Amino acid sequence: MSNSTTFQQIVLGGVGGQGVLFITKILAQVAIEMGESVLVSETHGMAQRGGIVVSHLKIGGFMSPLIRPGTADILLAFHPESVLNHRHFLKEDGKIVANSPDSGPLSINATKLAIEMGAPIAANLILLGFALSKNLLFCEAASIEKYLSREGMKNVDVNIKALRLGISKGEV
Amino acid sequence: MSEQRLLLGNEAIGYGILVGGCTTITSYPGTPASEILASVATLKRKQNLDIHVEWSINEKVAFETALANSYAGRRSAVAMKQVGLNVAMDPLMSAAYTGVKGGMVVVVADDPGPHSSQTEQDTRFFAQAAKVPVFDPVSPRDCFSLIQKALDVSEAFEIPVIFRPTTRVSHARQDVWVPEEICVEQKPASFEKEPTRWAATPKFRFLLHRALNEKLEKIAEKEELQPELLDPNQNEEGKVCILGSGVVLTYAWEILNELELLPEVPIYRTLMPYPLKRSFLDSLLQKYERILVLEETYPVIEYQLRNLDRVFGRLSGNVPYEGELLPETVEDIIRNFLQLPSRERVQADEAPPRRPTLCPGCPHRASFYALRKVFKKGIYPGDIGCYTLGLNLNAVDTVLCMGAAISQAAGFYHAFKGNITKEKPDIVATIGDSTFFHSGIPALINAVAEDARFVLLVLDNSTTAMTGNQPTPETGKRASGELSGKKISILKLVEACGVEFVREADPYDVKDFIEILKEAKSFVQEPGGGIAVIIAKHPCLMDKEYQSQFKRLKVRITDRCKSCHYCIDNFECPALVDVPGEDRVTIDYSTCSGCGVCVSVCPRKAIVIDG
Repeated sequence: MSNSTTFQQIVLGGVGGQGVLFITKILAQVAIEMGESVLVSETHGMAQRGGIVVSHLKIGGFMSPLIRPGTADILLAFHPESVLNHRHFLKEDGKIVANSPDSGPLSINATKLAIEMGAPIAANLILLGFALSKNLLFCEAASIEKYLSREGMKNVDVNIKALRLGISKGEV
Repeated sequence: MSEQRLLLGNEAIGYGILVGGCTTITSYPGTPASEILASVATLKRKQNLDIHVEWSINEKVAFETALANSYAGRRSAVAMKQVGLNVAMDPLMSAAYTGVKGGMVVVVADDPGPHSSQTEQDTRFFAQAAKVPVFDPVSPRDCFSLIQKALDVSEAFEIPVIFRPTTRVSHARQDVWVPEEICVEQKPASFEKEPTRWAATPKFRFLLHRALNEKLEKIAEKEELQPELLDPNQNEEGKVCILGSGVVLTYAWEILNELELLPEVPIYRTLMPYPLKRSFLDSLLQKYERILVLEETYPVIEYQLRNLDRVFGRLSGNVPYEGELLPETVEDIIRNFLQLPSRERVQADEAPPRRPTLCPGCPHRASFYALRKVFKKGIYPGDIGCYTLGLNLNAVDTVLCMGAAISQAAGFYHAFKGNITKEKPDIVATIGDSTFFHSGIPALINAVAEDARFVLLVLDNSTTAMTGNQPTPETGKRASGELSGKKISILKLVEACGVEFVREADPYDVKDFIEILKEAKSFVQEPGGGIAVIIAKHPCLMDKEYQSQFKRLKVRITDRCKSCHYCIDNFECPALVDVPGEDRVTIDYSTCSGCGVCVSVCPRKAIVIDG
């Protein structure tokens, strides 16, 4: 079993069509390749039709796929509403990294940046890159980049570009 | 060679079904079960497996098709969601008596909550009613191994076995070790005639019932199926224990782990919540002062306990009778059971509600819009699928179960036809193509034969959209993508049902579509009229093949827009938004599909297509 420093519970929240599941899967896959155990819970079905989408990602020695309110380490909020919807999952010192019209230490206007780079769909990767630059996640940007560029992955150029844009915005 | 893969519970079930040797696998899609057959079909295609995989027309047909393969001595699996079992209950009840030769597992995914279903019914209860064993997996890893055990039990005792994951297991992902290459053990089909079993008359049915009861007793006694500690590192010491099944036990483990109480509170996990061995239950009651029973969604294990005096559960009023048992609920229950102070918890914020809606560009939206234009007042029986969301356009009044739109439309007609004092309402039913195939056809024949009068829109997007775009019999496509060449025409089916007014039209052509609806309206009202069926035909935009041919239009809102919101209120497209401070409606180009249907909706012609 992993020790407490490798336990990480991440809530990823957004709305249908934002690619929340895609980001969840990338992080989960990278965690497995780091030798960690992974549990994920996903939203399927009617809720995906424009409704609220949330995934729970648990890395380390867990047994259940769901995160209890008050225990998550990080909330990745892909939509401004996701902060309100899911912040009760965070523990006291948990962190929110948000896609928001107003930028701040842990927020970035990923939607706008994605439109500017001509790929509105890539806002999710911009936010992920931004979160990685803050060293809050269990993994490093290089592992994500490696995963995104492997054989069989689609839209490699756009994805990497979006990820790097997010990283660079975070490092400023 | 095995590999570690990140699998959905449903995908792990798919692997388990194939490694367990099933050669016929059938299903009708439904959340949360849809990915089971999809994963089997993908593995069949990728690994070129010689097995029969089908998306059946409904769950009853799926069950019977798989069952015959088991009669022929081969292993089989059928998968469905919990309400699908209601449709397949008829063959299940009877198959429990006849039994099987090759192992047969009936995978039924339950949906406590419910998240995407019309009921929270507990399939373990149905297993009891049918007198068949039921297994309850706790995680994706568990799915992979436990379903193979279920198949072994089924074959050893010649009885169909139910495998019941819940949404949180079906839609959890976990790292699971699975074989890189699957080898499905093929037994040649052989059917031994045994009329007293396979075609038993009531006299022999009594004997089969007795044999079934004997099988159940033996299965309950079987050593390797006995309840076990969820965590083998736990011991059986302690004054209290937890008994249960399914994913809720994993919540209990994490909570006890956090409270550092794992050594004092053993968690007994029943692999098979029914049938349970009496002596095991009695020994628990003897060993522990108090027992907490955790299970979803009905008190199935609890009802099997003989003495409930020291049992903490639903029957004692300590566990809610409805809704999903979320981890926070389980924590409250455990703290209460262990007489610990309750946990202070930050409450969820009141976020603005966000209701599910039809996708931008969805052809159903165009159909519903036209329907409401022509039929301003009326009764609108609806059905199960994406188009249930016609609710948002006030074009769906009832949603009962698969196929009910048509029978209920007929029922409303007969209810109102004698009304003299009150005006008779227009009745306009909507049903999707896949649902029409599933159970709409008998209802339509019945309605015609009973001379009912209503308009029926078959919303034909040539796919089973809500559950992930599975093929329908109309497409000539099969589960693994191969073409069968057998396309079944909805138009011909409707004609064959005796309907005299049948039209096929594209709802994207709003004006023409409205004209056809008007014709249908007068046909229904004519003395010699009848039922009018309009097949609203336009592919689903989520369909990958269609996406490549779809011509995206560039839609723009001109200054003719006076922000009257007619489009937002009556067309409800998520890409048409009211941005505060703007003097006209705004198009959200990040979601706009470019279908251009809204151009026909605006009463001021303020929406135009560029270029």
